[in-house]
Amino acid sequence: MNAPLTQEPTETLARYNFAYLDEQTKRMIRRAILKGIAIPGYQVPFASREMPMPYGWGTGGVQVTASIIGPDDVLKVIDQGADDTTNAVSIRAFFAKTASVETTTVTTDASIIQTRHRIPETPLQEGQILVYQVPIPEPLRFLEPRETETRKMHALEEYGLMHVKLYEDIARNGHIATTYAYPVKVEGRYVMDPSPTPKFDNPKMHRSAALQLFGAGREKRIYAIPPHTDVVSLDFEDHPFEIQHFEQPCALCGAEQVYLDEVVLDDRGGRMFVCSDTDHCETRRAGGHRGTMLGDPFLAEEKEVS
Amino acid sequence: MYVAVKGGEAAIANAHRLLADRRRGDRSVPSLTLAQIASQLSLAVDRVMAEGSLYDPELAALAVKQARGDLIEAVFLLRAYRTTLPRFGHSDPVDTGRMLVERRVSAVYKDLPGGQLLGPTFDYTHRLLDPELASDGDPDTPQTATDSGEKITRVSDILGDEGLIEEDSLTDASAPVADITRTPTEYPMGRDARLQTLARGDEGFLLALAYSTQRGYARSHPFVGEIRIGDVDVEMMIPELGFSVVVGRIKLTECQMVNQFKGSAKAPPQFTRGYGLVFGQSERKAMAMSLCDRALRAGELGEDLTAPAQDEEFVLSHCDNVQATGFVEHLKLPHYVDFQAELDLVRRMRAEHAAKTAADQTDSAGGGANKEAAE
Repeated sequence: MNAPLTQEPTETLARYNFAYLDEQTKRMIRRAILKGIAIPGYQVPFASREMPMPYGWGTGGVQVTASIIGPDDVLKVIDQGADDTTNAVSIRAFFAKTASVETTTVTTDASIIQTRHRIPETPLQEGQILVYQVPIPEPLRFLEPRETETRKMHALEEYGLMHVKLYEDIARNGHIATTYAYPVKVEGRYVMDPSPTPKFDNPKMHRSAALQLFGAGREKRIYAIPPHTDVVSLDFEDHPFEIQHFEQPCALCGAEQVYLDEVVLDDRGGRMFVCSDTDHCETRRAGGHRGTMLGDPFLAEEKEVS
Repeated sequence: MYVAVKGGEAAIANAHRLLADRRRGDRSVPSLTLAQIASQLSLAVDRVMAEGSLYDPELAALAVKQARGDLIEAVFLLRAYRTTLPRFGHSDPVDTGRMLVERRVSAVYKDLPGGQLLGPTFDYTHRLLDPELASDGDPDTPQTATDSGEKITRVSDILGDEGLIEEDSLTDASAPVADITRTPTEYPMGRDARLQTLARGDEGFLLALAYSTQRGYARSHPFVGEIRIGDVDVEMMIPELGFSVVVGRIKLTECQMVNQFKGSAKAPPQFTRGYGLVFGQSERKAMAMSLCDRALRAGELGEDLTAPAQDEEFVLSHCDNVQATGFVEHLKLPHYVDFQAELDLVRRMRAEHAAKTAADQTDSAGGGANKEAAE
């Protein structure tokens, strides 16, 4: 693993291809991706490889990225919306080392963004590709554990069970108790798991200008949403889909209508809320936006009053 | 004051540096050599080769050393290396009938052609800790005898001659062999793919499932027809030459389990097979595998599906310890975005619950209170 790829490898060191995977494997994965794009939301089985990171830690996303990345790409990797979480750091370092590609934390500069659990707040543009790491690709899995059954249900478009589950949530709790990995219907056909992103992010998938690819390594499935595709969160007429709302803006950049992380400040109930998307937060702060924690006088005053 | 969490990169580098130090341990003690691990911890190396699906004692020893003795981690290291290797073909089926046998026992015949050969086994040792092993003393050299030259016939062949055991479902040799590392998992799986999956499955998981069949969850009335451990030649057909050549020699453990079968409308009463084949000396694994293989044939033999060990999707999609450990351990990755979503929902539902409880209490508190609540 310590072999620098730019130098002539010595005989004793293992040698790896550009972006780790061999070209045959990449072609196999690209075929699966193309099939996925042709049938939006359909889970394409693929011969997932063992990767040098553990299953469940993004091996599907890494394989998709490795298959589509070229030397001119600029890669951004986020986990929980942040570029600096340890696993995002590790995956970014993996591609910096094996593919010598340029990496960035700036959403608008990236041609490929690999993500776990979030979609960037900045709307994605045409030509960008968002690669999701997916743990359980099957939206029906927790209703029916058998793959043989769920594949049949998808084939027959038999999604009644999912609606019954959502209905039971409402009957029991008054709410749909799914807050992340909230099921969507893609282009009016396949019910799809958007990966465990908070449902806050679901609307961003709808008619996105970017290509969205989903890789599940352990479960050996790839699926895709081509640009400008309808992605509709499941709901009922009398219980329309709604996203989370936060009562205060980001304490660092003052952003509203963004997804926030709750940070525990002390053991006396002190909490603050900050942007989950670190790039969004930093860009805003660089643009002069200030939240209460960074001394926005107006917001601080307002807070004292309330 | 909140400080944004930065420096993941430095933290990772430092953690790995510390790991390397801990792996080395006390530096006044000599470092383990790969030869020491491969020869003195050979059963650990065998397990890593078996579940790593790569026959290379030296690399497996390196993996054991690098993993600080964590065998599942070592299996993972070996798998991640194996997957990068080019694939230039597959061998001919190995002939375990021509195995250079080091151990061979049968529980169904007292004596049989080739005899019973205990070999290097823990069986019949008394499990008393041996303080002498703490020092460097060498044990006695083993006894040897001349080879009688008698063919060590497989028990399944002896039973097969009489038609007492089902025919080995002979597969068409020209048909492509399944390769679970190169094709997506799809159920139902062919028996070739199933056996491949079991062969690299976790020993502990398969052991527990095999045990469950003995305790009544899909009982199969098993007998150890035969266990044999030894070396076999691996031959490969070289199209340019037009014949097969030996490309190497590997140690294998094979277990043929013989199971009672009452017969069905289609088949007469006869014994059925459960098969286990594992790299290296891995008797426990081979036995567990053969019990699981037999249990998984329930559908094919028209038996009732009642127990976990018979459930193909359940057994095969959970027996891989590299997959299992990855997914279980991924729970330690940050999940605060999802947790935030849950926090929000639970808080909202608790507030609604509290409001409802309060409203109910005021309702039942009598006229005056009722009136207040109405206001």
